[in-house]
Order: sequence, then C-alpha cells, then structure tokens
Amino acid sequence: MKIDRRDFLKIGGLGVLGFAAKPVIDVVSKGELSEASIEAGPLAGKRLAMVIDMTKCKEGCTDCIDACHSIHNVPDFKNRKDEIKWIWNEPYDKTFPTQEHEFIGTGIKERPFMVLCNHCDNPPCVRVCPTKATFKREDGIVFMDYHRCIGCRFCMAACPYGSRSFNWRNPRGLDSSGNPFIKKNNTNFPTRTTGVVEKCNFCAERLAKGLIPMCAEVCKEKAIVFGDLEETDSELREVLRSHYTIRRKPGLGTRPQIYYIV
Amino acid sequence: MSSSAKVIAGLIIFLCLITFPVWYNVVGGKASYTPELKIISEEKSCVESKEFMRIEHMQLLDDWRNSVVRKNNRTYIAHNGKEHNMSLTDTCLKCHSNKTEFCDQCHNYLEVTPTCWNCHIVPEENKL
Repeated sequence: MKIDRRDFLKIGGLGVLGFAAKPVIDVVSKGELSEASIEAGPLAGKRLAMVIDMTKCKEGCTDCIDACHSIHNVPDFKNRKDEIKWIWNEPYDKTFPTQEHEFIGTGIKERPFMVLCNHCDNPPCVRVCPTKATFKREDGIVFMDYHRCIGCRFCMAACPYGSRSFNWRNPRGLDSSGNPFIKKNNTNFPTRTTGVVEKCNFCAERLAKGLIPMCAEVCKEKAIVFGDLEETDSELREVLRSHYTIRRKPGLGTRPQIYYIV
Repeated sequence: MSSSAKVIAGLIIFLCLITFPVWYNVVGGKASYTPELKIISEEKSCVESKEFMRIEHMQLLDDWRNSVVRKNNRTYIAHNGKEHNMSLTDTCLKCHSNKTEFCDQCHNYLEVTPTCWNCHIVPEENKL
C-alpha cells in the first residue's frame, strides 16, 4: 500500500487527537465530574451538625463565646478591624438577610444571634483554598491545617458568613498597656501566628476525646444541640423533627450544618 | 620583587585574621563542644529508639502532624507495638518538658529554628 504525504498527515493528526482525548475520557469515566457538582447529596460517613435554639438562648449571656475563646486561645485585640471570631453575635438582619422584613417581631429584630462557622456541606472556602489548608473532613467538619495556610485570604472572600478571621497582629503580643491579647493560655491548644486565617474547628480536639463542643457544653439554657445527622435516633434529629428550623443564606447552596430555631 | 617580604608578612597576617574564629575556639576550649541533652523523664524509653529519634524525629513529627490534622488519626503504633497519642505537647513535652535543656541544645548548636513553637505552647513558657 502506498501512502502519500496527504494520507500520512491525516492519519498522524487523528492519532495525536486520540492521545489528547485520553485524559478527558479518564476523568469522565472515573466520575470525578459528578463529585464536583453542587448538589452532591449526603456523605457516606458521619455528618456532624448543630441546632441552636434561639428561643432558649439568653440575651446578654456570652458563656459560649467566652468558653470557646478561652480554650482555643483566641486573642482579643479590642478592635473590630483586627477582631478574631470563632463564635460571635450578629443582629437578625445580618444573620438571616434573605429572611428579613421590616415587620419582624421586636423580640427577634433587636436581639443578637449567636453565629459560628456553619461547617457547610458544600464549603466555598474549601473550593478556593489554593493550598488545601482548609478541607472537609469525613465527619463533615470544615477543618483548617494552620501549617499549610499561606494567608492569601481567598477563603475569607469566599465565606458568605464572615466566619473566618485573619491574624493581622501577633496573637501572642501585648497591647499598648502591656497586657497579653490572650488573657490566659490554654497550653494544650496552640495559638495561631501572624499571617494565618482561623475559624471555629467544631472542637475537633474535644471530639477526639469523646467530648461535645465547648459551646454546647457550657450553655446553661441547653440552647445548643450537637450531634450526627446520620444517626436517625439522635437528639439532634429529634429536635430537627419536632421544630421548624432555618439555616443562614440557604439560597447560596453552601448547605450550612448549623440549624436555627427562631 | 623587592617587596616580597611585605607581601608574605601581609599574607601571614591575613591568614591569622581569617582563621581567628578557629584559633579562638581552640584556645577557649569551645572547639570540642558538643550539645548535652538533659533527660528528666521517668520513662525508660522514647516512642522509638534513641538512634531513630536522633535522626528522624523531625520526620516523625511531620508524619504525626499530617496524621492528626489531615486524617484525624491520633494513635501512633510504635515499632515495639506500643500505642502513643500523637501530640507534641501531650506526648513529647510530657517527658521532655525541659525544652531549653533538651530541644534547644541541638537546635541552637546547629542553628536550626523550627517553627513549632510559633503556635504550640511550651508548658513552662509561662514561668520563664
């Protein structure tokens, strides 16, 4: 069989196209694309979540915030710009901006709402992190590896809840009057360092010891219920079954795992 | 080449000056200095053998960190089958609570500055 130059180029071109298509076919056949789609359904393993009952939460009480910030060595810079937040208060219209209207009941409109990292099922912070310092654990916790954080703050831009804080200042430093920003060090938990982002870790270090998150433990009103959504007979599921609950900004598709009884 | 004497003298002075740190340490008895580690633990052995720890402790700590932070696995099974909690402050510093007499000895000698303690708190740091 005689092949002229024209045929040779045609066959060669098809061969090259075949090689170029192989990686694409590999990806599609492994189903990696479906994993990246937005509504992926529940994880096979555990799914940790929390219900916050705002009807029980007492206005003016900061027990959960104080306890959390003290065991996690969260510094207090006394300055909104540099503030580090793990749990904090937001007014109703900032907590549920899509569910706000001008005639919201007075008991709700003025009161502060307790907010923290939502440990989203579809976390945007994880998607944008260039170093995989933020990642989703198998139990659903959106966790941070501070060793890997390069402080780019993409996650802060991505998080629609403002749950992430950047360490502009050295958390181990002293204020102008010589007092440390961290009042009392918990030596069993590390501090952070300048230039990393931090957020609530759902008390992963306590869960490892079989303890529930600190905020749920210290709440005298038992306003915080922590549990596993996969356990159908858990207290968490019972509370979710028997109450109407809402989540923060559900329309964004992040699937937050903090549920509120308002 | 009438100035060769001056050149040679200059070279000798130059050599003396440039090797001064070596001479100084030999005379001062610091040349034979080796770091001395003080072990104050009541435990008989470390998680792995002394030889292994001496060479590989940094790798071991890296592996521990990755295992705990990324895989949520906190139990280390040593070569002798003993289980340990993978924790710098809870396990390592429980025995080696004298960081300045232990960790810092070699780290200062070799002029390495591990960044562990930028975040992890040394228990007795408060007392210092």
